[in-house]
Order: sequence, then structure tokens, then C-alpha cells
Amino acid sequence: MRKILFREALREAMVEEMERDDSVFLMGEEVAEYNGAYKVSQGMLDQFGAKRVIDTPIAELGFAGLGIGAAMVGLKPIVEMMTFNFAILALDQVVNTAAKMRYMSGGALSCPIVIRGAGGAGGALGAQHSQSLEAQYAHIPGLKVMMPATPYDAKGMLKTAIRDPDPVIFIEGEILYGTEGEVPEEEYLIPMGKGDIKRGGKDVTLIAWSRMVHLCLDAAEELAKEGIDAEVIDLRTIRPFDREMIAESVKKTNRAVIVEEGWPMASVGGAVSDWIARELFDYLDAPVGRIHQRDVPMPYAYNLEAATLPKVEDVIAAVKKATYTKS
Amino acid sequence: MAKKGSKKPTESGEKKTGEMPKLDAKIGKRLRKELGDDRLVEMYDLMVRMRRFEEQAGRSYQMGKIKGFCHLYIGQEAVAAGSIGALKDRDYVVAGYREHAQAMARGMEENDIMAELYGKASGVSKGKGGSMHLFDVDKKFYGGWGIVGGQIPTATGVAFAAKYREEDAVCIVYMGDGTVPQGAFHESLNLASIWDLPVVYIIENNGYGMGTAVNRISAVEDMSTKAASFNMKGVRVEDAQDVFKVYETISEAVEYARKENRPTLVQLDTYRYRGHSMSDPATYRTKDEVTREQQRDPIQRFTQWLVENKIRTEDELKEIDAQAKAKAKAAAKHADGEDFPSLDALTEDVYVEWPWAFD
Repeated sequence: MRKILFREALREAMVEEMERDDSVFLMGEEVAEYNGAYKVSQGMLDQFGAKRVIDTPIAELGFAGLGIGAAMVGLKPIVEMMTFNFAILALDQVVNTAAKMRYMSGGALSCPIVIRGAGGAGGALGAQHSQSLEAQYAHIPGLKVMMPATPYDAKGMLKTAIRDPDPVIFIEGEILYGTEGEVPEEEYLIPMGKGDIKRGGKDVTLIAWSRMVHLCLDAAEELAKEGIDAEVIDLRTIRPFDREMIAESVKKTNRAVIVEEGWPMASVGGAVSDWIARELFDYLDAPVGRIHQRDVPMPYAYNLEAATLPKVEDVIAAVKKATYTKS
Repeated sequence: MAKKGSKKPTESGEKKTGEMPKLDAKIGKRLRKELGDDRLVEMYDLMVRMRRFEEQAGRSYQMGKIKGFCHLYIGQEAVAAGSIGALKDRDYVVAGYREHAQAMARGMEENDIMAELYGKASGVSKGKGGSMHLFDVDKKFYGGWGIVGGQIPTATGVAFAAKYREEDAVCIVYMGDGTVPQGAFHESLNLASIWDLPVVYIIENNGYGMGTAVNRISAVEDMSTKAASFNMKGVRVEDAQDVFKVYETISEAVEYARKENRPTLVQLDTYRYRGHSMSDPATYRTKDEVTREQQRDPIQRFTQWLVENKIRTEDELKEIDAQAKAKAKAAAKHADGEDFPSLDALTEDVYVEWPWAFD
């Protein structure tokens, strides 16, 4: 099968959806003439013209809100946030308008918008440009949150997000844009809320999403050398997360370790852990392990940055704790 | 286009306190010819129904039938009637949180609005919106927003969609004077101008953002002058208690949007007789001020004009008022008799119906 980059997979998803539906358009900072800050929208202006690939001022609340208004009356906007660090400026519109429209209108309105862009840690970008903020969206009823880990998932998930009748927050790990993976030529969709087993195993369940999936796969390779067979599951959709998949895996392995790039307090990992502890308590042979970023803003110095983020060794240590294996 | 002057309409020298200024005779004559007497009487009937509906809403609130926030429109009727009257059915309306009367102007029924205020399942938003969130997709009425200025980007997006689909439709959006310092205002107007969107931004300047006088929070009293910084037309109507002036100004702005795809910023100087909401006794202003403002009451002036022009007699207009009172009372009775939403409705309409568990 052909291999393409993560960013190319995202572009293909948008291009295909824009070709099949005139009401889909892309809007954001630098998406058109500059071809995208991360080159996700490369060539799209040439293909679709300025009516449908639209450069905005650096004014996130304004253009996110505009997209939400357009979605309310039937268009299907894709709003690119250059990074989710800036999307905070649009949070009022996303939380108070997009997420609430269906409910407070008694079902009269929907808001089929996708807000997508880079998230997660970058490389020495410092405290304001290097954050995993998915929890603030996953917290809000009315929003759906997706975070792909591979080019294959990125394409199939983004197409689903664009067709979804509710607002979808689609966070792309900044470090993943240049990663390569197999993506078929033919069309496929990955359902909302459906996770994926990225590596089968029987001794412990590693639960991750976005970039941390790759960290877990690396850790699983190391663990295999020591005879520990880790199953790596990728949530892909954070809200709603795939409970069935988690339950099936934990019932098999009896151990779970959640690995997330974000902070620990009121986090997605915290919510998943809580659910496992309450629903799968009888199947657990050890407390649910959690690996996460250190609870501090991201430091610039790259030695400190590395020390802040989850590492393969952290995952291995957590697995050994959960499996009561002495290192 | 921005108009001169920072004089308050009440100080504009037309009349001394105690005398009611007349509606603009020239525009009145023109509108009479253009719209016909019956249409003008309909507009009058609407304004009277707004007044009586809001008075009833106030009473229902005091009885504990309406909960939460309830922002009454009394005094501002000429704005809603004059501006929405200038629209076609295909045009869009986006409103803020003081929007009961605007919903009525767009043709939404008193019974359905009142049921929503009472939190009943038959309300316009199935009881889940409340006073600040009235919606009617068929009538293209989008709003009530509870966040100050939150509706401005959304309305800009509605106008964007109208242009994108070449609908020949215009979006008008209401905001209070208190929204203008918000970032949302500036970001939206800039977008509307650079992208040539068919939208009319209406600032209903009633003198106060909650309890804070406009001149304490805005660098300029005539906020329509801010249009200049977005290369946009700006218009101020100093006497927006004159329904004719409102109708004419908004008609022009709407036609300009329709023909040229260009936005306009309009400031309508009006006044609310009550506090910001039902929980506000409005002690920040004097009784004299309110009395003075009531001298230019939009309904009384309309009454006078209709009688003087022999379109209806005083008795006929009194009958309209009596019917409006009855209608408002009936709406309250209707709402009272309706059912609250079933408990099943609690989790409905968060998302489109979806097979995955979210709770």
C-alpha cells in the first residue's frame, strides 16, 4: 500500500469532502495563500479558489464564531486553528455557542463545524505553544473530540468529523505531521467513538491517543524483550471514548496503564481511569496506572522539556508496577 | 455616513419636557404611501402587543412563574418593530438576550414565547432555552444569546452563509451598547467588511450596560463612528423612539447589504423603562430621567400620529390595546396550563441521536 504523510492524509480528507459537498469550506490563519502554517492545506486554494479556502485575520474568536454561525444555518465549515494554544481565544464561541446550540434550541439547530489544528507538545516551543488541551473540550457536553495517531486514522477520522452533524474538535499532534504511514487510495471512514487496537497483547493494557500511542508502542517493544506482552489501544476519539474496547482489553489483561501527554488534574486520563475503576474494578489485578506530563507549564530548555513529558521508561516502570514485576 | 452630534434626543431642543415630540411627518407620509394604512396599523398593533406581553412577563416573573433572568424590552418597541419590519421573509435575525419582542416582530406567537419563558415543553425551544434563548428556524430567528456580544460573530457567520449560497438574504443582528468594547464586536465587523458580507449590525443604545451608563464605558457616545475603522458605513438614529426613522434607516441598510453585500453599523438611541433585568431596581438613574424619556414614548407617539392622520380613531386604538392585553393574559394562562418537559428530555438534543454512550 502507498505511504503518505500525516499532513497529506488530513489534506486528502478535506479535499475529498470538499469535492463531494459544496457546503464544506476551510477557513483559518494562513490556510490559503501560505498553504497552511503546517502545510496541511497545501494546494487547496488552487484547487477550490478563495471562496472555499479562506485566509482570516489573526482573530480566533471572530472567525471561529463566524464559522459557528455559518454552520448553524447549514454550511459545514472546517476552521483551522493554527494551534490549539490559540484556540483558547475562541473558547467562548466554542463552549457557549457551538456546544449548546442543539440543546438550548430544543433540537431546532445543529452546528456541524470541525475545529481542527495542531496540539500537543512541539520542539522547545515554550510554555504558550506546547500544550495538550483536549481535556477542556472533552469536559463540555455538546462537543466531540477526536485525536488521530496515524495517517490512516487521520484521514478516516477527519472525513467522519466533517460529516458529523455536531461540533467536532479535531486535535492533530504537532509532532505527527511529518510521520508516514499506509493509507489506501479507496475511500474509508473511521466511526466516531471507535478506538483501535494498535498492538495486541495479554499482560497489560496501555491506553493512549495521539502521539502517546507511538510512545506506548515503543514501550511495548521494550517490554516484549523482557517477556511482558502489552496491548496498546488507541482511543482515537476522546469523547465519546470507546468503553467497549477498553472493557474487552482489561477483562483480558486485568491491568491498565493510561498514558497521556497532558496534565494530570481533571484530565482525559483521569476520566478514563475513573471509569475503569468504577466499571471494571472486579477485573483489575492492580490499580490503574497513569503516566502524564509533569504538572507544570512547558519549559523551553529542551533538557527540561524532555524531563516534563512522558517517556518510554516511565511507561515501562508503570507497567512493571502494575504487573508487580521487579525491574 | 456617521452622524454628527452627541446631543441626547431629549435635549435636542425640539420640545421642552412635558410635550411629546411627533413622529417624523415626512417619513410618515412616505411610508403611508409605500406600505398602506393597514400595514402601519399592523405595526402599531405589534408594538402594543410587545408592550402588553412584556408587562405580563414582568407580572408572571413576580409570581414566580418565570424563573432565571428576564430582560424586558418595554420602551424599546420602535426598534424591534421598525427594524424587523424592514426585512423580507428570507432574511435572518440574530438577537441578544433582550429578545422577546424581536421574536414577536418576526412573527413568533405570544403563546409559544410565553410557554418558553415558563419553561414548558411547548415553548419555542422546548423549554430548554428560556428567556434568553428563543429560536425559530422556519422564521429564521436565531437568538437569544446569553453572553454579551457572543451573537456578533455568529450573525456574521449567518451572513457569510447567505452570501456563500447566494441567497440574496441579509442578516440583521441586535446588540446592546455594552457589547461594543468587546473583542467579538471588533473581530466580527472587520471580517464582515473585508469579506463584503450582507449584515446590519444594530446597536440598541438604551443608555446603560446593566447599571453602567454608556459614557462611563465607551470612549465615544456615538458608537456608529466606530464603523470608520472597519471601512464600513455607520449611521446613528438619535431618536429611535420614532418607529418611522428606525424603519427607514434599517430599510436603507438592508437594501444596501442586499445589493452591495456591504455591512452597516447602526446605532439606535432608545431607552428601557425597566431595569436591566427583573432583578434590577435601576436605582442608578433618576425618576426624572425616566419620566423625561417617557415623554417620547414610541407607542404614544404612534397613537397620536394615527389619530391625527385620521387612520384610526382613539377608540379603535384603545380596542387594539384591549385585545393586546387580553392576548398577553391568555398567553400566560396558556403557558401555565402547559406541561414541563418530560425527564427524558433532559438528555435529548445534546448531540444528534448517537449510538455511543456519552454520559
